[in-house]
Amino acid sequence: MRTLFFTQAVDDALAQAMANDPRIILLGEDVPLLRRNLLVRFGPERVRGTPISESAFLGAGVAAAMAGLRPVVEMYMVDFLGVCMDALLNHAAKVEAFSGGKWTAPVVVRAPCGGGYGDGGQHEQSLWGWLAHIPGLTVVVPSTPADAGGLMTAALQHDGPVIFLEHKLLSETWLEFLGSGGRRTVRYDIPAEGAKGAVPKNWEPLPIGKAILRRTGNDVTIVSVGVGVHRALEAAQVLEAEGISAGVLDLRTVSPPDITAVRETVAQTGRLLVVDEDYQGFGLSGELSAVVSEAGISCKYARVCTQTTIPYARHLEDRILPNKERICAAVRQLMQ
Amino acid sequence: MKTDLWSLYALMLKSRLFEEAIAKLWHDGLISGEMHLGTGEEAIIAGVVTQLRDGDAMALDHRGTAALLMRGVEPVLILRELLGYPDGLCGGMGGHLHLFSKEHLAASSGIVGAEGPTAAGFALSAQYSNPGAIAVAFFGEGAMNQGMLTESLNLASVWNLPVLFVCKDDGWSITTKSESMTGGNLNERARGLGVPAVEVDGCDVSEVWEAAHSAIERARSGKGPTFLHARCVHLEGHFLGFQLIRLTRNPLKEMPEIAIPLTYSFLQPGGAAFRERMAGLKTVLSSVLSTLRDPRRDSTNDPLRRARKNLLSDPERLQELENQIEQEINQVLASSLAEAPS
Repeated sequence: MRTLFFTQAVDDALAQAMANDPRIILLGEDVPLLRRNLLVRFGPERVRGTPISESAFLGAGVAAAMAGLRPVVEMYMVDFLGVCMDALLNHAAKVEAFSGGKWTAPVVVRAPCGGGYGDGGQHEQSLWGWLAHIPGLTVVVPSTPADAGGLMTAALQHDGPVIFLEHKLLSETWLEFLGSGGRRTVRYDIPAEGAKGAVPKNWEPLPIGKAILRRTGNDVTIVSVGVGVHRALEAAQVLEAEGISAGVLDLRTVSPPDITAVRETVAQTGRLLVVDEDYQGFGLSGELSAVVSEAGISCKYARVCTQTTIPYARHLEDRILPNKERICAAVRQLMQ
Repeated sequence: MKTDLWSLYALMLKSRLFEEAIAKLWHDGLISGEMHLGTGEEAIIAGVVTQLRDGDAMALDHRGTAALLMRGVEPVLILRELLGYPDGLCGGMGGHLHLFSKEHLAASSGIVGAEGPTAAGFALSAQYSNPGAIAVAFFGEGAMNQGMLTESLNLASVWNLPVLFVCKDDGWSITTKSESMTGGNLNERARGLGVPAVEVDGCDVSEVWEAAHSAIERARSGKGPTFLHARCVHLEGHFLGFQLIRLTRNPLKEMPEIAIPLTYSFLQPGGAAFRERMAGLKTVLSSVLSTLRDPRRDSTNDPLRRARKNLLSDPERLQELENQIEQEINQVLASSLAEAPS
């Protein structure tokens, strides 16, 4: 076992896969700078910078995947997918269905997501629910370095398009690049367990669509992804002192979600709280409620999500994003 | 009309001192997130914005502070917005990347190239309901590779919209040299879509003012859009705290963080042949070297110094003006920091 930071782990898994599979190439804006360590090992043919032309290079990545490559297309932020959504919505997601199952686009889209460092509502969104809404797209949101490397390994072996979301609050590289910029005068509420952790020496793929129970609990099941998992774990500790036993299920994959794990744990506790940094309406939180209802499981249900555009001001932002206090309050309510 | 270099210089200096104050607050940790300053592009902004009047609109990029200030937005409101205060320009909701002033018809976006459609829409509204008014789009040359901006040039061309497309060309697409990512010639691109292109020295405020004046008059009189291509140098690079610029300023501290993992990875077994690895290393080094060689150190690329040289003939007036603006900005800073909301 070794210890790596979150983005280090992703790049490490990527390097291992690139050494084994010459079909893997990287492309995106500033990639020669951002992935310079991969550039000097794999060369400029495989690690390519692009113009600020998201529609062109994401669309090209999708087609290059159809033609046999395994491109990893980097977006500067998941928010910027708005510029080039067509490549995912109408192309990557549709190839398999349109070709009668004979052709797929095994492209990996790697994008930083999430807030908590004061960049404002056009640069801090989560958007995994928006992406997961589209049949044909796989969406993974790891919460630890080990999961990040394992899911990147799996994404690179997957036969269809995978969106790999890297939360900026967990990523030492992105937080430095976009948040602190060399400053020691700013502090962020970084979940320590998610930002740095033990990883295997050799990466094995983590199964896509498989959740992991981070904490067992008899009274309530908290389901989340990404930073939300860590906020839920913090809350569970507080609640334990109050005599409430909260379990935390880390979905790891938003689409396809691990329906079995959600149903099993909720059936045991009879209470479901979804903690979702993504927008509340029409998203993951409502989906999980449906998944449980459809199985005929009766449970008390609540959700702690982002309900509005994310404010720029740090103190407002901290209130809007799911936090320990809101999670505790929601659980107490469920316990009544 | 003729350019009034004194008032242009005054505006540019005000903007420079204002943004230097912002940089200080950012370094002190009082402003969160990214910070893209417009220091170095003041001549372009001043040369254009001073010619706008009521009813004219501005579509701004992620570097919009100078334009808002010069357009007459209250600086205390801008600064209190950046500090995240509820009485800031946008109630603390927008922040540096997303500044809006409905009163001035000024909208910012952090999405590269989005200024194109926004300016086209403002211009469409002007053409329809307020003839004689115009819209300005400010963007960098990196944005010229964004599809929606090209589409907007075409739209403005075929609808004969009153838009001034201002390309602030500093040669860098975020942190990549634009020449390595841009095919052909930008002026030819605009002309190919039927939009006249004018090339100016973006460090020379008088030259910008004159070129913008003709283009704006043209738009006001219903003759359609113009592409104004102005070269400049961003004195602080793409954004504050950019690692390569830190590297050039403090190599002993920053170098190991970059060099150690780079060397380790270069030597790892598995991967490309030595020749390919060297090519990769060369790409990284040339990016570092071009940052080192960056013309931001050359004072002739500072539009303020260029303008000031022409005002030295009246040193007393100059001194008085500079003192007055410095005082003004100090007052803005003091008012902005006063009464932090609890």
